Amino acid sequence: MYTQGLNVSDAGPRTAAEDPARLAAFQGKVDAEDKIEPNDWMPDGYRRTLVRQMSQHAHSEVIGMQPEGNWLTRAPSLRRKAGLLAKVQDEAGHGLYLYAAAETLGITREAMIEELIAGKAKYSSIFNYPTLSWADIGAIGWLVDGAAIMNQIPLCRCSFGPYARAMIRICREESFHQRQGYEIMLTLANGTAAQKEMAQDALNRFWWPVLMMFGPSDRESLHSADTMRWKIKRFSNDDLRQKFVDATVPQGHYLGLTFPDPDLRFDAASGHWRFGAIDWSEFRRVVAGDGPCNRQRLKARTGAHADGAWVRAAALAHANKRAVAAARRDAAERP
Amino acid sequence: MSETPMPLWEVFIRTRSGMPHKHCGSVHAADATMALQAARDVYTRRGEAVSIWVVPSRAITASDPADKDQLFEPTGDKPYRHPTFYQVPDEVGHM
Repeated sequence: MYTQGLNVSDAGPRTAAEDPARLAAFQGKVDAEDKIEPNDWMPDGYRRTLVRQMSQHAHSEVIGMQPEGNWLTRAPSLRRKAGLLAKVQDEAGHGLYLYAAAETLGITREAMIEELIAGKAKYSSIFNYPTLSWADIGAIGWLVDGAAIMNQIPLCRCSFGPYARAMIRICREESFHQRQGYEIMLTLANGTAAQKEMAQDALNRFWWPVLMMFGPSDRESLHSADTMRWKIKRFSNDDLRQKFVDATVPQGHYLGLTFPDPDLRFDAASGHWRFGAIDWSEFRRVVAGDGPCNRQRLKARTGAHADGAWVRAAALAHANKRAVAAARRDAAERP
Repeated sequence: MSETPMPLWEVFIRTRSGMPHKHCGSVHAADATMALQAARDVYTRRGEAVSIWVVPSRAITASDPADKDQLFEPTGDKPYRHPTFYQVPDEVGHM
């Protein structure tokens, strides 16, 4: 999910001091669709961009557990609860894969988490919206994961080997997430009038924020040139957004639901669903920290991290104690 | 007097760019550099690799195959972790 990290320009020192021969060799490798591995030489900007993007991606997976976790104890059946629990567990695992892949670039997981907690690192804007009803869990699986898949499939071919490999694993595991959500929506849409209304309300609230997940329009996107040239990013924000809309609108109509966009219409000439203008002021507000749940999300993450500190300390102390005891035993046994 | 045993190293090779390193066997060598050279000679004589990792065998902690059931069997009754558990009508298309 969550390539919003690529929409921030790289403010670090430019590559002026970098050896042109090395730069050319690096770019040649990228152009040849060869993968860049952690021990290979890479431009500083490439490394910084990847650290930012991968850590934000990891943070998004982890923060993304909160809106869904909100409904774990209130899932309407054991079947739904088991499915949602499996999905939330996956998000935790995916966060860990991505932190580990980012660590190959020379940053520690501790440093990444500190940046998140300090409010310096971002995560996907979509997780700053609340989950007000059970139908929101359906909408998240169907729409948020659907949008994430659009973003993540091209990342499986990203030029940085560890990121590409993590994405392949993540995409394979996530294949059930969207179906899980759509099944919930379908059940509600075929249920009572009140249940269908819940599904419609969830779609109404999530539709525009989900379209914003793809990031600003290409017309204002700050920095796609480098990331495209480096083959971190393969499609523009607008292309991915259009692909998502084209795939999703018929799915919504099958549910018998309507989209909260009076301008939505099928353009037979191009074969695309055309949609109305996105309210980018809302997007900027949410990214800047003023969404409906930004403070709550960060507070929960900070609290969980602080509450876990004694567990981490105890694990290290226990391991250390055992190591000391083993060393003592070895010394005693030595002739 | 018996000879000092030569340390054992596990060898992982990446067969082509972008693929993960995969375990292919082990070699005996006195140090990491020699282990890398030995691994090259033993495991990549036909251009099988673009990169090699060697790891001291004693650095590997492995699960006991006898624990296979208690470790992995519990996932057997969790079909809801798989896409086929969820019903999506054919008309909706691939999801």
